[in-house]
Amino acid sequence: MTSFIPETIFQIGKFPVTNTVLDTMLVDAVLIATVVYLSKKIKLNPTNAFQNAVEMIIEVFYNLTESVNQTITATIFPYFMSFFLFILLANWSGLIPGFGTIGFWRNGDFVPLLRAATSDLNLTLGLAAISIIATHALSIRTVGIKNYLSRYFSFNPINLFVGILEIISVFTSLVSLSFRLFGNIYAGEVVVTTISTIFAFLVPLPFLALEIIVGIVQALVFSMLTMVNMSMLTTPHEKNH
Amino acid sequence: MNFSVSGGLIIAIGGLGPALAVGYIGAGAMEALGRNPEAQGKILPAMLLGMAFAEAIAIYSLIFAFGK
Repeated sequence: MTSFIPETIFQIGKFPVTNTVLDTMLVDAVLIATVVYLSKKIKLNPTNAFQNAVEMIIEVFYNLTESVNQTITATIFPYFMSFFLFILLANWSGLIPGFGTIGFWRNGDFVPLLRAATSDLNLTLGLAAISIIATHALSIRTVGIKNYLSRYFSFNPINLFVGILEIISVFTSLVSLSFRLFGNIYAGEVVVTTISTIFAFLVPLPFLALEIIVGIVQALVFSMLTMVNMSMLTTPHEKNH
Repeated sequence: MNFSVSGGLIIAIGGLGPALAVGYIGAGAMEALGRNPEAQGKILPAMLLGMAFAEAIAIYSLIFAFGK
């Protein structure tokens, strides 16, 4: 049974490098290598099949962002796409053969060298915190601080109550974003580990396919929630709802 | 393998609501598809998204069940 807490492989000074940090660096390396490779060979009419595929994916998501919010699409879209790509690759990296199985023994416990990055609550909490801070900073910059504060604090008693609920919903969305992603990926890891312990061949295949689908869906849910929050918070709050 | 009663209860009770919610979402989507099969491209992604949100509640209780 994999533990909640990611296992530390080595320490740099006071910073413990866990196996999920190593996976994060691997995902970063893949993403940056892709970006550098595409930017060197970029052409206006792409003949490179890879560039064509990437442009198709970006166009689908850009149209999706545009259908939600027309005014501020160009500002929201980078956040949407970055979250989606990073979380997607981090989710899928846990399915590569060798993750969770190649490692060493320490004090009678097995320590795998690599583990899916998003199965670490630290990472998902960090991503959710970045999402919420970026949303609110963007909101303050777009609609101004008076309009931003009028959403949460008001003298009208009904709006005051609604404002308190909105404040609570900020913290709720922080917890729910992080726990939804963490729970799905961590539970998927436990399920695949358990099934692979019982049956070694053929039977884990449907569970691995389920994990591929869950990886896509959870990446999409996280990024779409971020995008919808940004879109909602950058439209000015009207006084008379 | 030790079985814990509290862990089992947490996931059993906590999974009841989301299971019903996912069922209702699916039923609503089936009904909408039956009325208008051509709107499949709009109904199915919205249904999947709704199911992901409803399922998240069950995941919260699953985390607590693992801890026990």
